Amino acid sequence: MGSLTRRHVLPGFKLSLGFTWAYVGLLVLIPLSSLFLKTFSLTWLQFWETVTAPRALAAYRLSFGASLSAALANVVFGLLVAWVLVRYRFPGRSLVESLVDLPFALPTAVAGLTLTTLFSAKGWYGQYLEAWGFKVAYTSVGVAVALTFIGLPFVVRTVQPVLEDIDVDVEEAAATLGATPWQTFARVLFPAIFPALLSGFTLAFARALGEYGSVVFISGNMPLRTEIVPLLIVTKLEQYDYAGATAIAVVMLMASFLLLLVVNVLQRWSHRRLEARAGA
Amino acid sequence: MSIIVEQLTRRFSPGGSPAVSDVSFHAPAGAITSLLGPSGAGKSTLLRLICGLEIPDVGRVLIDGVDCTSLPVQQRNVGVVFQSYALFRHMTVRENIAFGLNVRKLPRAEVEARVDEMLRLVQLEALGERHPGQLSGGQRQRVAFARALAIRPRVLLLDEPFGALDTRVREELREWLHQLHTRTGLTTLLVTHDQQEALEISQHVVVMSDGRVAQAGSPEDIYDRPASPFVASFIGGASVLRGRVLEGRASLGSLALTVPAAAREGEAVHAFVRPHDIKLARSVSTEGVTPFTGRVQRFKPVGGFVKVLLRMPSGDEVTVQVPRSEFDALGVVEGDAVRADVLTASVFVGDYAI
Repeated sequence: MGSLTRRHVLPGFKLSLGFTWAYVGLLVLIPLSSLFLKTFSLTWLQFWETVTAPRALAAYRLSFGASLSAALANVVFGLLVAWVLVRYRFPGRSLVESLVDLPFALPTAVAGLTLTTLFSAKGWYGQYLEAWGFKVAYTSVGVAVALTFIGLPFVVRTVQPVLEDIDVDVEEAAATLGATPWQTFARVLFPAIFPALLSGFTLAFARALGEYGSVVFISGNMPLRTEIVPLLIVTKLEQYDYAGATAIAVVMLMASFLLLLVVNVLQRWSHRRLEARAGA
Repeated sequence: MSIIVEQLTRRFSPGGSPAVSDVSFHAPAGAITSLLGPSGAGKSTLLRLICGLEIPDVGRVLIDGVDCTSLPVQQRNVGVVFQSYALFRHMTVRENIAFGLNVRKLPRAEVEARVDEMLRLVQLEALGERHPGQLSGGQRQRVAFARALAIRPRVLLLDEPFGALDTRVREELREWLHQLHTRTGLTTLLVTHDQQEALEISQHVVVMSDGRVAQAGSPEDIYDRPASPFVASFIGGASVLRGRVLEGRASLGSLALTVPAAAREGEAVHAFVRPHDIKLARSVSTEGVTPFTGRVQRFKPVGGFVKVLLRMPSGDEVTVQVPRSEFDALGVVEGDAVRADVLTASVFVGDYAI
């Protein structure tokens, strides 16, 4: 009996697909739709007023702005860290390697408290920074710092395997053809690692958007100034404004979803270009 | 444009043995020069020193008479082809070939014309829009050649360019390289561990061993007059016969050969005999002289030849290659005694140690 689909060595496509749908449904889809249902208890006008309140708008700005800058910072410095880890052998390399993952494991509240202590006016960093007129703790800069800390492993860990795949020969070939180090990076390395870099960026960005634990300590949580969206939601919950909280959450959800979708499409596009290159 | 290398030394770890040690040679202009040696002989390091990917501790590299030892790799204008192809996977064949021209910021029309010219040269006109992943190994390597040649390099440096390809493609590309060289006339340095390749396509061979030059000369020189036991054993799959100097001749069992002038009576000598430098004969009797005989240990037809392993009375084993028809006419089986007439051998003074 011939089959039109390719035979797989491991059986159970239907079973595993069914499980996938059930799993994603139970864990993601149903909780999220209940969120939407809850907001429907508001009228359209109420909804609009809640989500466009100045305090909410300020929170969106801070959340998206700080997450974006944190993810971008991680793209630059995470790439650098990955590069050093892949290309050089130095004493303490395995230490750095395991330090990179620490932000994954550390309870975010601990990270937040630590950063706040360091950057506060009397902290190790803060005392010098404030002498120069920089305030980090209890400002939006502090929020970005905490989000950068949280997002670091994502870029490093997505870029690292791709960099390991790139032969040093390729860089040397570029050099023999007359390419300067910068041209070699921009024309040879960067296009090859771009999809991975984009993945890392997306993960770091998404993680930063949802981050709560570390930020609440360093931001100072001043409405209109240093209040992030997750905190605004919690505040509303504490005031028993469930519908208001979910309304903000829905906006956040839609915006994140849209962003991730755009990045995904972008990634698929660059991946397809690369695949055509590497593929059969 | 000739390449002259003077007393190059490169050591990777202080105190360790150098990868390249006091190497000097001259690659004549317009010729293919092979750097031949076993892996670990320092051939690739030497190539990297010449193209500027490594900086020597001591010594000079002159290309076309100009010292470029401290010139950065980007400015040496040498074409390099790597064993791994080192193509840019995210670029098409055209983009790969154009790379060196684009980083030089040449006008677009000029780049396009040169790329077309290179595609014709390597006979890949139809595949310009493909990506390297869609090409066969041999095609990829030709793209690598085209990319290296596009920048109009002063010399072409090839690091085991056919090392990753299967035998048939290797042989085809060897022929192709020969034709390419005839057309471009570019001074070419070829790193290889394949003696067949070196002997076949180069006009000049530099044999390397342990970071040093073991012998340099024409392929005929290297093959017919090996300067050291290393060269003799490395090239041509020779067997070793051991003996002593007796009455001014090298006495190897019942075989007597001329010895180098420096040999003293009673000193140990050894000789290298190539598989096809021995003729086998059935008749063991000769007038008055004890013939050089061995016993057939084993034989195996390989294509048009039969590989015969002989065991000599001294205990030395000798591999002989006999044309199939000749072997059939001989009609020997395992265990038979045969006469082995040695046509040529290289004799060296001293004990042979592997």
